[in-house]
Amino acid sequence: MQKLTISGFGGQGVLSLGKFISYSAIEQNLNTSWLPSYGPEMRGGTANCSVIYSAEEIAAPVIDKADILIAFNEPSLDKFENTVREGGIIIVNSDIVKKETTRKDVKFYQIPVDTLASAINKRGANVYTLGLLLPIFGDISEEAAIHAVEHVFESKPKVIPSNIECLKAGIAYMKDLLK
Amino acid sequence: MKIVADKPRMLTDTPLHYCPGCAHGIVHKLVAEVLDELGKVDGAIGVVPVGCSVFGYKYFKCDVLEAAHGRAPAVASAIRRVVNPDNMIFTYQGDGDLASIGMAETVHACMRGENITIIFINNGIYGMTGGQMAPTTMPGEKATTCVYGRDPKVNGNPVRMCEMLATLTGPAYIERVSVYDVPHVNKTKAAIKKAFQMQMEKKGLSFIEVVANCPTNYHMTALESMQFVKEKGCEFYPLGVYKDITKEEK
Amino acid sequence: MKKLWKGNEAIAEAAVAAGCRYFFGYPITPQNEIPEYLSWRLPEVGGAFIQAESEVSAINMVYGAAGAGARCMTSSSSPGISLKQEGISYIAGAELPCVIVNIMRSGPGLGGIQPAQGDYFQATKGGGHGDYHPIVYAPCSIQEFVDITYSAFDIADKYRTPVMIIGDGMLGQMMEPAEIPPMRDLSTLPDKNDWAACGHSDGIPRIINSLRIEADENEEFNLRLFEKYAVIAQNETKHEYYEIDDAEIVFVAYGSVARICKAAVVELRANGIKAGLIRPITLYPYPTDAVAEVAKKDCVKKFITVEMSMGQMVEDVRLAVNGLKPVEFYGRCGGNVMMPADLVKYVKEGK
Repeated sequence: MQKLTISGFGGQGVLSLGKFISYSAIEQNLNTSWLPSYGPEMRGGTANCSVIYSAEEIAAPVIDKADILIAFNEPSLDKFENTVREGGIIIVNSDIVKKETTRKDVKFYQIPVDTLASAINKRGANVYTLGLLLPIFGDISEEAAIHAVEHVFESKPKVIPSNIECLKAGIAYMKDLLK
Repeated sequence: MKIVADKPRMLTDTPLHYCPGCAHGIVHKLVAEVLDELGKVDGAIGVVPVGCSVFGYKYFKCDVLEAAHGRAPAVASAIRRVVNPDNMIFTYQGDGDLASIGMAETVHACMRGENITIIFINNGIYGMTGGQMAPTTMPGEKATTCVYGRDPKVNGNPVRMCEMLATLTGPAYIERVSVYDVPHVNKTKAAIKKAFQMQMEKKGLSFIEVVANCPTNYHMTALESMQFVKEKGCEFYPLGVYKDITKEEK
Repeated sequence: MKKLWKGNEAIAEAAVAAGCRYFFGYPITPQNEIPEYLSWRLPEVGGAFIQAESEVSAINMVYGAAGAGARCMTSSSSPGISLKQEGISYIAGAELPCVIVNIMRSGPGLGGIQPAQGDYFQATKGGGHGDYHPIVYAPCSIQEFVDITYSAFDIADKYRTPVMIIGDGMLGQMMEPAEIPPMRDLSTLPDKNDWAACGHSDGIPRIINSLRIEADENEEFNLRLFEKYAVIAQNETKHEYYEIDDAEIVFVAYGSVARICKAAVVELRANGIKAGLIRPITLYPYPTDAVAEVAKKDCVKKFITVEMSMGQMVEDVRLAVNGLKPVEFYGRCGGNVMMPADLVKYVKEGK
């Protein structure tokens, strides 16, 4: 079971990263919920979503203590860093987020997601991030994530190969980091 | 024995509740006669309003829905999508219902160009509730909520529905008629017939405004009230065709 | 395989599967995905969608389509549901079947667009004028949204009554895996030929009407309506018990809040506190007996009603508990959502 908060500017693919995680969980036969923020802040301001997956029935779709925070911009880090549980994980997109977290009790990863992903696919940052997450999750297989990518891009089959490449690159990058 | 006159098949035997001299009875009969003559009583669906003609469902011998105040065009718009396109659908509404509380429903049904027929009885007064000012009460005309006569500075101005709706692209046929004498009753019948014929031909929305009387709330005899309609009503609300796409087509 | 469905879109597709072919609505957040989805989906299956000029018109279009015998629905969010109340009263008065969805946001007035449960009174106690109640369902997950929407049309037809499904912005916007049941064969839908005003040619007019101007006639109708409600209460009242067997602290909550309570129950039990939950699935008819049964149990120390409001359902809980046990209230409102931890803290510290 993982509880993730994903946050960033509207248009950074924050909500779709959440959907990729939920679809991957479904492919892995897990329960999942995806809860977006909605309203005026979606337009230009920050967007965020809460994603949970679990082998058990998911009770509350809201998250009071997240296992993982993914912050695509600095306001997101400021807003959510204190909602991560002790021993949890914060991943920031260091192409945009230049500062450190104030938390001392979490694992903090600064990864230039935009740079790394755009070498493969300019719009691949969210799938790349999905790749980064898989080695952390441990219970969602690469095959499940590939199926999820294929499913989401069903209507745009041309972009599937480069997205799968992004996914694999993300997995490899995180595996390296965890060594 | 030869039958020279008969009650339209589309009217029930229920005695009308309307006041003596009221134009509603005339227009009910005209609508029924027209649908009889067009062979369209079968399958016809009426939508009646809130106001004096609220009991329309007792008189028209076809399927009838009694709509909430002003909502008949919305109700009819939905029915249009549900039933066979050949079924005749009409609303029958007074001025308070159509031009005040139901103004939005009226205008938008016209904007959509629904293939329905709207029969609009304009007598410039709220009859059922006891003679209050209507959206079509004329300047100077007395009502129980403007006892010294309608003062546009205080009460606002009345609305001319045909003129207003004729500015829209949606409606196919808009005509204002009256029933103050026999020739005009005949003209009204012809207009109603044309309205339903256009619906049969799927031409779109037809709107017939009947400048009518309300002897009770005008505090007049039936004859005086018809005279008032002729002299004052039809002066303020000029009779005529305001839109006819079949003419434009030519 | 289950597909990830957004709550609002799941409702829309479940309605289509249930045989609903007509939708009338007006834009308002946070329910917009329902009309958006149905605007393209209904024409695909031979139905029709109208974006009405107002919520008032939309509900009266429902009156027309339902009166003509069609399976139809409308949806809106709190302020829009207020506007529909006139039409809902007429629909109840004319005994027409339809489905109305309210994806609640916070009030009063224009309020906010975040989730709330402030429309409980409006939904369950009538909302519009006169003595009537729609059947009110409060699903708590996307799958339950689907299942309830799918059966709601049958229930509406069976009793010739409006059925209301209430969710909140959270449920409307969130995504969960759900499975849509198979498309209903339209030829198996109930025959409404004996009463629907769809343009008969047998010389027997069908009248759709709520005007009963004679007092005796209208009283008789009201009595008959409430006899029908008694049958509905007997047949259709639904609830879920969660960890109730040995519970000492009993939450009562519906919709998304019930799920937050479930999480709190798990955490409290992990802390050695025996908590449980009663989740009403129908809000009208209210599962009064289900609450009363639990109130009689010796192990139960108290009830805590949890709502995203200032306390509305708590009145029905108090009526059901009938003084046997204390009934407390915990609420957040204005669009704020309580967290499971808030409830754990409330139980442990009493605030």
